[in-house]
Amino acid sequence: MAFWYPSYWEFHQLKLLCTAVHIGLNSCYSCIRKLITICMVKHIGLKGSVGLKSNYTIVAAALIMTTFFAAYVAWPRAETRRLIVSTTTSLYDSGVIDVIEDAFEEENRVDLHFISVGTGLAIAHAKRGDADMILVHAPGMELEFLEEGYGVNRKIIAYNYFTIVGPPKDPAGIRGMDPIGAMETLVEMGRKEEATWVSRGDDSGTHSKEMELWNLIGLEASELFEEPWYFEAGTGMGKTLQIAEEKQGYTLADMGTYLKYGESGLLSLEVMVESGPSLINVYSVIAVNPDTVRDAEFEGSMTFIEFLASEEGQTLIGEYGLESYGMSLFKPAVELMEAESDPEVTQWIEEAAFFMGSECPPEYRRGDTGLYG
Amino acid sequence: MTSVILQGLGKAFTLILTGDRGLIDITFRAITVSGLATILASCWSIPLGVSLGLGRFRGRRLLKGVFNSLMGVPAVAIGLLFYLILSRSGPLGGLQLLYTPAAIVLGQSALITPILVSLVAATVETVDPEVKRLALTLGASEMAANLTVLGESMGGILLSISASFNRAIAELGVALMVGGNIRGATRVLTTVIALETGRGAIPLGIALTVVLLGIVGVVNALIHIVQRWIQG
Repeated sequence: MAFWYPSYWEFHQLKLLCTAVHIGLNSCYSCIRKLITICMVKHIGLKGSVGLKSNYTIVAAALIMTTFFAAYVAWPRAETRRLIVSTTTSLYDSGVIDVIEDAFEEENRVDLHFISVGTGLAIAHAKRGDADMILVHAPGMELEFLEEGYGVNRKIIAYNYFTIVGPPKDPAGIRGMDPIGAMETLVEMGRKEEATWVSRGDDSGTHSKEMELWNLIGLEASELFEEPWYFEAGTGMGKTLQIAEEKQGYTLADMGTYLKYGESGLLSLEVMVESGPSLINVYSVIAVNPDTVRDAEFEGSMTFIEFLASEEGQTLIGEYGLESYGMSLFKPAVELMEAESDPEVTQWIEEAAFFMGSECPPEYRRGDTGLYG
Repeated sequence: MTSVILQGLGKAFTLILTGDRGLIDITFRAITVSGLATILASCWSIPLGVSLGLGRFRGRRLLKGVFNSLMGVPAVAIGLLFYLILSRSGPLGGLQLLYTPAAIVLGQSALITPILVSLVAATVETVDPEVKRLALTLGASEMAANLTVLGESMGGILLSISASFNRAIAELGVALMVGGNIRGATRVLTTVIALETGRGAIPLGIALTVVLLGIVGVVNALIHIVQRWIQG
């Protein structure tokens, strides 16, 4: 039986709330009554009957009440240091973020807030100053973010593979094909109305990868979405999978979210294509540059990045899903690259996600981090 | 698919009956946030509504019309507006209110202000001024006469408070855009139902729908009781 044990902050807020409600209720009822009376008196035209003094008292009381409640509501909660992390829906929907959050908050006096949006939107938030760091998987957009001066200290922390999933009957017949061949066949079968494709359509990392794949076979997404077999979901990974499930169509998903979804018994879609360097999916963190974006919580970001790259963080990432699915949903990348334990994968990661030979070129590093060997 | 729904319902009732911590956290926050928003909005809306209902000034009809049409503003529009205002690069960014429950309270109180103002104005207009004069002629003191008139309109005012609370607790747009559905900080009933079900947490979604309906029912019943007590 779960017992609700308030945390330090929750208890503090609870105390404030009870006080507020107590005072509020006491003054509320009588005040509102008097206030309404006085307003009505003024308008029904019997002004002289009620003393001027009580008019002002009542109005003053109303103003005080409004100010009190507005202040309670808007008062900054100074004790908690918040770190706002914009992350991709693929990571969030798979549930690994909750595990990381719990572990990190246990040891650090930092309140982690994860906002889950597509990579494109995460970057937009960070530029506006509404996020202190981003955890994304679109190397193209990441490079732009660094070059424009908004991001510093990029670190690759995990990787897994994208997979093309589809209905068990496989009407397009792409099971087991290589990614390029599969995409070509899908276009062909789609035009023959044998298969449908659901795209993320939300400027996310997965969406970027999908665009890359279309480009590899010489097609532009903008032409494609005019065609009747191509649907744009415009939403996160979990939802997109749900939509593909309903339409019994094909879609590009990351292994993590797909496995997590399949577990809830909601999906009948199966993995069609799952290997190849073109399907590698690299996750990295970038801290927002406090020199460019004012009020960015840089110290907190670096603490969290160091946590993610540390042995503890990497183990957490690697173990997630091992019990339930028999395989890790996300594979830790830091040790892999330092120790070069799997040169083939390391090479794929470097090809897909390195900029000018490094995960974070020196001009985009800030401070003494010890993150880059 | 139906087995999933039934399974979901079953797990949902288990969550409710065992008092799952996440569920309580979300419910408590939703009631607090919407309740505060209603109280806050009442502070300025009820006097405004009364003035609007009983006052005689130029442009009164126009103003009433404006508030009536503002009632239909979509919640996401208000959410977007407040997001832009409260964002760190926006005018009120320095307050660092974005992604806090406080931001949701402010947004929701803006959302429900037109409802309160319009309904209060409409209610107060219907009270016959003769009521007060009658009370006075029957020997009531000034205060007592005023309270008699108040009693006439209290039903309507309570109804508008109830309607705006319902609107606040059941809306999604504001809570999503300025709250962000952050675990442990800004998750409220509606955002969880919308977003967590997208992660596959369907039993939680169903449980919360049941809870939401329950809250709305209970609050309305309470307001009805209060109304009868005042009038009776």
